[in-house]
Amino acid sequence: MISNAMTFLLRRRGRRKLHWTDIFTYVYLFLGVMLMFGPVVWLVLSSFKTQAALQEFPPTFLPLGQIEVPVDGFDKPLPLFSVTMEDGTVRELAQIRRVGIVAQMVDPANPQEKLQIPIATREPLREFRLAIENYTKPLQQFNFFRFLRNSVVVTVGATIITLLINSMAAFGLSIYEFRGRNMTMGFIIGTLMIPITVILVPVFLVVTKLGMVNSLWGVILPGAATPTGVFLLRQYMLTIPRDLIDAARMDKASEWTIYWRVVMPLAMPALAVLAIFSVMWRWNEFLWPLVILTRNEVYTLQLGLNAFQGELQVQWHFILAMTVVTLLPVTIVFAFLQRFITTGIASSGMK
Amino acid sequence: MADLDLENVAKSFGDVKVIYGADLSIAHGEFVVLVGPSGCGKSTLLRMIAGLEPVTSGNVKIDGEIVNNVPASDRGLAMVFQSYALYPHMSVYKNMAFGLENTRMDRAEIRRRVTHAAELLRLTDYLHRRPKALSGGQRQRVAIGRAIVRDPKIFLFDEPLSNLDAELRVSMRKELAALHADIGGTMIYVTHDQVEAMTLADRIVVVNDGRIEQIGTPLDLYNHPINQFVAGFIGSPRMNLWDCPAAAVGPSQINVQIGGNTLLLDVTLDPVPNNLVLGVRPEHIEVADEGDADFTATVAFSEQLGGETYFYCDVEGLPQITIHLMGQRPSTRGQAMPLRLRRDQLHLFGADGLVLHQGTATRGKA
Repeated sequence: MISNAMTFLLRRRGRRKLHWTDIFTYVYLFLGVMLMFGPVVWLVLSSFKTQAALQEFPPTFLPLGQIEVPVDGFDKPLPLFSVTMEDGTVRELAQIRRVGIVAQMVDPANPQEKLQIPIATREPLREFRLAIENYTKPLQQFNFFRFLRNSVVVTVGATIITLLINSMAAFGLSIYEFRGRNMTMGFIIGTLMIPITVILVPVFLVVTKLGMVNSLWGVILPGAATPTGVFLLRQYMLTIPRDLIDAARMDKASEWTIYWRVVMPLAMPALAVLAIFSVMWRWNEFLWPLVILTRNEVYTLQLGLNAFQGELQVQWHFILAMTVVTLLPVTIVFAFLQRFITTGIASSGMK
Repeated sequence: MADLDLENVAKSFGDVKVIYGADLSIAHGEFVVLVGPSGCGKSTLLRMIAGLEPVTSGNVKIDGEIVNNVPASDRGLAMVFQSYALYPHMSVYKNMAFGLENTRMDRAEIRRRVTHAAELLRLTDYLHRRPKALSGGQRQRVAIGRAIVRDPKIFLFDEPLSNLDAELRVSMRKELAALHADIGGTMIYVTHDQVEAMTLADRIVVVNDGRIEQIGTPLDLYNHPINQFVAGFIGSPRMNLWDCPAAAVGPSQINVQIGGNTLLLDVTLDPVPNNLVLGVRPEHIEVADEGDADFTATVAFSEQLGGETYFYCDVEGLPQITIHLMGQRPSTRGQAMPLRLRRDQLHLFGADGLVLHQGTATRGKA
């Protein structure tokens, strides 16, 4: 298994020496990986740093935490520093307290002797440490599971509705021939050019009239019909052989049966692609829920995360940690659905 | 089972006329083959019968009832497509059961019918496979099975064998003929292959350029083609057709020039055209003695099939002649071959392509 993966990863064109294309390919791929994966790695590493470590400049690559040692005569462990003494020797001392630019320090081996050290001469001693509290604290205090539930309801509900109504529109625009079919399609595609910010106010007014403010339906319904989805599904359905539809008609299938039992199963790869898109859109959606949802108990995760971003203070350590948590479901959905994308058209029943 | 009538059925796509008023009536239990070159409109005609294509004018009648506006699903017909059109996401069983499930038939009855059809078509072992796991011939049989289980009024076949290899085509052809003898339904079959048409049909309908050229039994069409197109289309290899100048000799005799030779034929034609087309099938040309021969040809090449031999010969002033002889006839390229045309099997066509005369008595050489 591992050796297979290694041979796969280390394949090259040159038999003995590296061919120049091998070098080019690996450099190119490495850059690609850095570009795509670098920010994610940085996010995950940063989410384990303490608030102080995050604001440090220059930043450290790994999450580090200051070493603390127990010292006799003190209740709490004290932070450890490396101090350059006046005579040039370097000692490891624990800090008791700090007053202005002078720190009162003690040698852990000799707790009776107390030293006054200017803070410029000392360096904190640090080790690799994960700030797990970035995760545990918000999960306890912050209404995480409530927000998660809301996000899941919105994402799942909206995706199912999107798939249903988009596929119906695509079915109509691909299977039936009628006057104005292409114009209708062009019209739908044309709506792509109108940004959400333009229609924000009118849609908000409609949603208000329908009494859906502060309800998850207000988030789910307005965006359920997407031109991208209709276009994607329609183009795919156009490739389904006409004969299959005709055969179903000869088999006394109603139009609904043709849609549900013939076209939908065959459009599976396109539906999977749209499902992934829809999940990503809905999970990450921010502006529209922000407009519609004003009460804390209907917040989605993205709105919840926004709560850490105060006017005066941004709690980056919590934001980063919770961002990692919100990334996980989308990643899992993608991993699960991507095999459908690669499933080619089930053309094998036809010649 | 049912009978079908087409009354002046026409079809146009926009300004393009595809079918010019077809009249056809098919009796209950008949096997009718629509044959014609590709693009002649025969498939369109079939799709209009099926209800998949609306009729521009004229009437389609099933059992005497006009069904022009009845959708395909309610006409009670079944169709086998050239591409088979099996549902790729369903098993063979599901493929066959789909049409029955749509009629809300009892499950036990569906099972009984599908099992029966599977036995008839030797598909019992494959019922749970997907179409992609089947060979071409098996897929073909599933497509036919899907039609059989429905017990339709009329079976429609749209070039069902054209995707199979030559050997399989011959055996499926026999199976289809046996199936028709077995279940005896009304069947309408579209093909461009005149051999299929000849072997399967009770009656053949020759279609060309959106018009029905001739309707008749296979041998009827073979022996008495009413025009040059049917003469050329039916029969393999093709009938030899030569443009010949003609002249009246007496009241019931004409002279026909073939190549550099003159043929005196006992035919009464009024008026005698200056030019006509002489048609003779490859098997109606005989090797004759020097004195009896109409003309002498040189062998360009020959095909020895063991039981029969085809010669392709050149004659001055004529297109290449095909000759079909029984038995084995050794020959060499360039060999001279005195030939005689069987007078009782000659076909004469006028300039408009319509037949003038068939089978003439002999009067010897001019």
